[in-house]
Amino acid sequence: MTDHELIWRIAGGSGDGIASTSQNFAKALMRAGLHVFTHRHYPSRIRGGHTYTEVRVSADPVKSRGDGYNFLLALGDSFARNPSEGAYYGNEEIKPLSENLDELVEGGVIVYDSGLLDASEIEDFDERVEENDWHVYDIDLRTIAREHGREVMRNTAGVAVTCAIADIEPDVIKSLMSDAMPDKILEPNLTVFDDAYEMVQEEFDVEAPDIQAPTGEHDEEQVLLSGSDAIAYGAIDEGCRFIAGYPMTPWTEVFTIMTQNLPELGGISEQVEDEIAAAALAIGASHAGAKAMSGSSGGGFSLMSEPLGLAEITETPLVLVEAMRAGPSTGMPTKPEQSDLEHVLYTSQGDSHRVVFAPGNAAEAYYQTRKAFKLAYEYQIPSIVLYDQKLGGELSNVPASVFDEEPNADLGSVLTEAELEEAPHDDAGKYQRFQHDTENGVSPRSLPGQKGGRYLATGNEHMPAGHISESPENRVAQMNRRMQKVDSIRAELNDDNEFNTVYGDEDAEIGLITFGSQQGTVEEAADVLNENGHSVKVFGVSEMMPFPKQQVSEFLDSVEEALVVEMTASAQFRGLIQKELGGYGDKMSSLLKYNGNPFEPADIVEGFETALLEGEELPDNRTKFVPKVGE
Amino acid sequence: MSAFSAIGEETEEDQNEFTPGLEPQPTWCPGCGDFGVLKALKGAAAELGLSPEEMMVTTGIGCSGKLNSYFNSYGFHTIHGRSLPIARAAKLANPGLTVVAAGGDGDGYGIGGNHFMHTARENHDITYIVFNNEIFGLTKGQTSPTSPMGHKSKTQPHGSAKTPLRPLSMSLNAGASYVARTAAVNPNQAKDIIVEAIQHDGFSHVDFLTQCPTWNKDARQYVPYIDINDSDDYEFDKTNRSEASEMMFETENALHEGTVLTGRYYVDEDRPSYQQEKKRIGEMPEEPLAERYFDDSYEWERSFDNFLDKHK
Ligand SMILES: Cc1ncc(C[n+]2csc(CCOP(=O)(O)OP(=O)(O)O)c2C)c(N)n1
Ligand code: SF4
Repeated sequence: MTDHELIWRIAGGSGDGIASTSQNFAKALMRAGLHVFTHRHYPSRIRGGHTYTEVRVSADPVKSRGDGYNFLLALGDSFARNPSEGAYYGNEEIKPLSENLDELVEGGVIVYDSGLLDASEIEDFDERVEENDWHVYDIDLRTIAREHGREVMRNTAGVAVTCAIADIEPDVIKSLMSDAMPDKILEPNLTVFDDAYEMVQEEFDVEAPDIQAPTGEHDEEQVLLSGSDAIAYGAIDEGCRFIAGYPMTPWTEVFTIMTQNLPELGGISEQVEDEIAAAALAIGASHAGAKAMSGSSGGGFSLMSEPLGLAEITETPLVLVEAMRAGPSTGMPTKPEQSDLEHVLYTSQGDSHRVVFAPGNAAEAYYQTRKAFKLAYEYQIPSIVLYDQKLGGELSNVPASVFDEEPNADLGSVLTEAELEEAPHDDAGKYQRFQHDTENGVSPRSLPGQKGGRYLATGNEHMPAGHISESPENRVAQMNRRMQKVDSIRAELNDDNEFNTVYGDEDAEIGLITFGSQQGTVEEAADVLNENGHSVKVFGVSEMMPFPKQQVSEFLDSVEEALVVEMTASAQFRGLIQKELGGYGDKMSSLLKYNGNPFEPADIVEGFETALLEGEELPDNRTKFVPKVGE
Repeated sequence: MSAFSAIGEETEEDQNEFTPGLEPQPTWCPGCGDFGVLKALKGAAAELGLSPEEMMVTTGIGCSGKLNSYFNSYGFHTIHGRSLPIARAAKLANPGLTVVAAGGDGDGYGIGGNHFMHTARENHDITYIVFNNEIFGLTKGQTSPTSPMGHKSKTQPHGSAKTPLRPLSMSLNAGASYVARTAAVNPNQAKDIIVEAIQHDGFSHVDFLTQCPTWNKDARQYVPYIDINDSDDYEFDKTNRSEASEMMFETENALHEGTVLTGRYYVDEDRPSYQQEKKRIGEMPEEPLAERYFDDSYEWERSFDNFLDKHK
């Protein structure tokens, strides 16, 4: 954490408005010219239960939640206070304060709602405060909110106190409140805000604020959005107007955003009976001539395995998104992991192929979702956007211009009726849908309803007009043609390779390799490592299938050794690299994290310095080091 | 619009395309009831004056699933149990298509049972024909959800301990707005029922009794059934849910012992189809979604102009 950073954590109970308050806080500071990044921590529970969100604010671009945090706003857990529930949740009352102390850095600030939380319930609170030189503000936010507005406005009071202590211009927040709130609740909220702000200035000595928020300026207009937003907008801009799904955390976010927007764009959203149906509907709509998508998370994606194969053999364009969470089975619904990698790469029957992207941040998520659609429709192949709970849920500021791209409604390789007239047909008048053995393996398709385009799409191996066949010659020809598409895609991606990014000094000695949502965190860790006198660079791989063999092997050749960083327990990504490149096992070690939390930069710095360089054991079981093959 | 000019066209020539002889010849066993379904569907399509290119027939996996290999329209031979979700979506994306889904009793009432229930409940405007031969045909004679209690097979060597499923009652209760049963041995009735089912605006479920002479010799599927709608002995109001339900209950009890009845059991012309309901609540485009991709003058909206403001 640099001097010019505020990492603000707002903690309370689920359902206390933690998410919306932190989102507004982040947006206000982004508007004020700062870079922001949020991190959400929540239990798989609807009300009650301890939850927090961090907002990291910096004058410079930020790519991760950072290490630790320096400002705690601990609100009361409203559910814990419910007297009728006392017996059940009573012991959780103090959690918004007690649960958050471990990661608060030295010299940090604690603001807690003394109307609801009693610090004396924490046995060693005073000692810890003294030891860590924390600055504590016990403020009865509840009473302030009650007196001037309504009790639920405790959040507003808390934000006002934050502004007063961290020296944030109140108008920044107040103008956002005016945009976000209807008049009726705006007035009392503004009153609560002003009263709390003044109260701090009057009653506390904040002349020399302990933590000061940075100030900054953007070169261009920014927007604050999540990976889920970026995926949904990428799909919409690429002409997707049909989505089918079944709720499952964390994929539900993309599903919801699409569903809320599609009707007004003349699109269709279907919540259906299960994930098999969801994928099948996407196939049906795509077959009939719409751009369609579906998606899920681990368990739901398992159910989609069979339709996935159907899309491939019938050469129906299909776009799926897969939001990973910790497994196996239901695992940890609200916690991120990257361990569905192999599941997504290889699931389904036979020799199956698909395109899989794993974007490294929100901007990549937007572009690669669009690319996923382009490839799926051009090459008539399933394509999957693989992300996780972390990328899906975290908010960051992205230049608005990222989204200023022309819409694309091109259905890819589809013939018009005029073109169908010229195309070959069999004796029964059926279109030879699977025959055109063109250079890239793609046979243009017709759509049901088009004159002259009749054919049978079937999940069985089939002849050019679609009829089922077990002829060995035809089988080999069809299989080869389908596989040829993958080679063509690999060549296309090789030419346009902006998302497999190398970060850092070209001549660095040691490489860090990662994929997907961990990219930003690993890059920040590399900055710290280089400051510490090491020589490292990072490769964030975003294309999983076809795998960018050439770029990754060039990177590995250019370093003495490499540390592969991934959120899996069995080093799946490292295994993928070894499989695709046919070696390098003796050059790569792994740093793994699978405790439900994503990597923080400090985890990587520690893994690198302690385990990789010193060969020592890591101090706790938060992360795990797996040495090179043969060591 | 040029992309789908086949839809809605009626020509003599088109009708001839449904006559047998052009497609690969069916590989069904001699005497199989599936021939009856193919014949009835061809007859119905011709009678309705449908162009083969505006029809889409989706099927599951099974002997029955091969229906669209022998039927000269657009077809999608899907996976076991999944003909309905694919049919639903095709109809939603392009309501101009006439969509017929078909499959076996194992396919539709077993593995695809969940889709069956929900498609009926939502009342999608498609026709669903289930080849009910009370057996798994393609996988060689295992007990199916409609096999009678006590049915012996290699997978139920001691005789099935399960009561057979009641497909008519099931779809009625789930929400289908047209429910009928017909049989391969009643070709005229079968064709007429399929004509009606396709014309009906809503989910039409046709339980089609087919015989499987290879694996299910005991079944009563050869009996020439009585048409309830033609017989004075079975007077009931097929637009009345409870009367229809009572008739179904009797038939479904009698299938394995008493007199077997076929015909229209329930017809609800008043219930709007799913497509109409979705239109009413503003979740269904007025123009077919699929055609938009061919409309050069259509203005595609993008997130930059529509959604980004709330993120600023
Ligand atoms: C997921 C899956 N499970 C099992 C099968 C094997 N299978 C193929 S057809 C069939 C049953 C066919 O019976 P039915 O649906 O009654 O159709 P019929 O052959 O009698 O027309 C089964 C179990 C499959 N193809 N896919
Ligand atoms: S096995 Fe039975 S259902 Fe299948 S084709 Fe033969 S007779 Fe027909």
